[in-house]
Amino acid sequence: MEKFLTLTSTVVPLPIENVDTDQIIPARFLKATDKNGFGDNLFADWRYNKDGSPKADFVLNNPTYSGSILVGGKNFGSGSSREHAAWAIDGYGFKVVVSSFFADIFQNNALNNGVLPVVVSAEFLAEIFTSVNADAKTTLTIDLENQTITNNATGKSETFAINAYKKECLLNGLDDIDYLLSKKDLIEAFEKGK
Amino acid sequence: MKTLFDKIWDAHVVSLVENGPTQLYIDRHFCHEVTSPQAFNGLRARGLKVFRPELTTMTADHNTPTINQDKPVQDPISRNQLDTFAKNASEFNMPLFYPLGHAKNGVVHIIGPENGFTQPGMTIVCGDSHTSTHGAFGTIAFGIGTSEVEMVLATQCILQSCPKTMRITFNGKLGAGVSAKDLALYMISKLTTGGATGYFVEYAGEAIRSMSMEERMTVCNLSIEMGARGGLIAPDQTTFDYVKGREFAPKGEEWDNKLAYWQTLKTDEDAKFDKELVFESADIQPMVTYGTNPGMGMGIKESIPTLESVDETGRISYQKSLDYMGFEAGEKLEGKAIDYVFLGSCTNGRIEDFRVFANFVKGKKKAENVTAWLVPGSWMVEKQIREEGLYDILTEAGFALRQPGCSACLAMNDDKVPAGKYAVSTSNRNFEGRQGPGARTILAGPLVAAAAAVTGRITDPRS
Repeated sequence: MEKFLTLTSTVVPLPIENVDTDQIIPARFLKATDKNGFGDNLFADWRYNKDGSPKADFVLNNPTYSGSILVGGKNFGSGSSREHAAWAIDGYGFKVVVSSFFADIFQNNALNNGVLPVVVSAEFLAEIFTSVNADAKTTLTIDLENQTITNNATGKSETFAINAYKKECLLNGLDDIDYLLSKKDLIEAFEKGK
Repeated sequence: MKTLFDKIWDAHVVSLVENGPTQLYIDRHFCHEVTSPQAFNGLRARGLKVFRPELTTMTADHNTPTINQDKPVQDPISRNQLDTFAKNASEFNMPLFYPLGHAKNGVVHIIGPENGFTQPGMTIVCGDSHTSTHGAFGTIAFGIGTSEVEMVLATQCILQSCPKTMRITFNGKLGAGVSAKDLALYMISKLTTGGATGYFVEYAGEAIRSMSMEERMTVCNLSIEMGARGGLIAPDQTTFDYVKGREFAPKGEEWDNKLAYWQTLKTDEDAKFDKELVFESADIQPMVTYGTNPGMGMGIKESIPTLESVDETGRISYQKSLDYMGFEAGEKLEGKAIDYVFLGSCTNGRIEDFRVFANFVKGKKKAENVTAWLVPGSWMVEKQIREEGLYDILTEAGFALRQPGCSACLAMNDDKVPAGKYAVSTSNRNFEGRQGPGARTILAGPLVAAAAAVTGRITDPRS
């Protein structure tokens, strides 16, 4: 996994609530047996017409907005546990997703793929949308070490929560399997005691 | 002074990561073809074996046709995924592998309980959010991502933060013609799709206690639709009677020992939950959904909420949702024409659901304008449908039976509802495009689905 330190980027705003993982990557794209290529179908049904041409009114097709930070409405990533949603977001080039509320499984899946979910207050989220609306060149800065997110248009910052273990994993590019494999003796002892 | 959840969780803690999650031991892992190939690839890349192959049960269900299962799968990409699943089972020496056509094949959350893999007190995971179904037996069961599937295959453990606990109590009994699905859709409409995020829910109260295991599975299945990590119900005599005698259930002395332990699996009287909610079962009516998430549900006689009744920040999303469905705020759905009916899925694809549906359509005829897909959850359910004479009743009423699988619940196969068409569906999600691009899903229980199938309209089954 790639290490994550700090990031300053323009953002892609998606001010829709309850964005479920079926929208992030529809089920018919889950037939692959590897992790590649899902970025091309990120938000496929919102992004493309039936004939495959881009829908002009969807934000990913609007050249005004770009960057490696996706900003979504509350309850982002609800529904299916498909990790393909995290692969699609990562594959498209997003490194951070900002929302006021994330579904549990999506949050774990994102972290397991080095994509950082940043939970902000509802007010801070609304302000990001206002700033980006006023100026598409608005940038956010995410500093993982200090757990801060800054809206560079307003200069306002918020701290965000992240589990200390997960933070270490992201900062060092480690994953849970490395950790669990180092605990094999504990697992075998646990099984004996059952 | 522990909750049922705490008792099971504590019995599975292998270690605590400093300032981090818990290393949790997993008793049973269910595995299907869609969310596992990248996990097996991960094992290969690291040169690892499966740590405890006998603790993983594998069945193909999500990406499978529901006709002609004895013939080669037509879609080459789907066929490749199924072949990959078989190759992984063989290469990693997985003893519990149930491919297409196997007598034990079926939807993962249906074959687990019916074969006795699911037992009280267990920790259960699967790369599927509806793993919460198994909570009906008093288990900690939840959906995981593919990275976590890889962890379980490699170590039989995962790392999880301990969720908060919530108890939802349903006082009194459900009314006639009101099902477990209605209870669940009612609850989700009150909590919204994110209302239980971060929590593990225990269901309690008279309505829950008087339910069969099939009904309890329907309720626990839908826990994820309000964001809950999972939902569980304390095991009781109904549970023990269901488990006893099933192929992989304990036998003889082992049964006696397990039973003695299972009987201790209940929340202590003075245990504290982080949140408690109470509903009156008598308030619950047959439910339908009108929007594009399972929280957008209402009693079948009610009207779609007005835009003004929705929180201001959510109005754009709300209107988008109604536009997709072709509905207007304030209108009633009862009497609206529909095009498709789907009976099946891990939510309502069990034998009882087919009994309810068949009992309603007995002596009636399927409406001509309705395409009905009746998909048993497993071959065992299919066999029982024939043995109980339900097959004849359904055929007589103009319905055909398809072969087991997830089918139109997520429409990965050819069972897709066409764009713009309305489907009354007993499955679990009405998201945009869930049943096919542009498809409009109205979630309901098997009885409302049966009434829609014979009238061609959204119909209150009690009238």
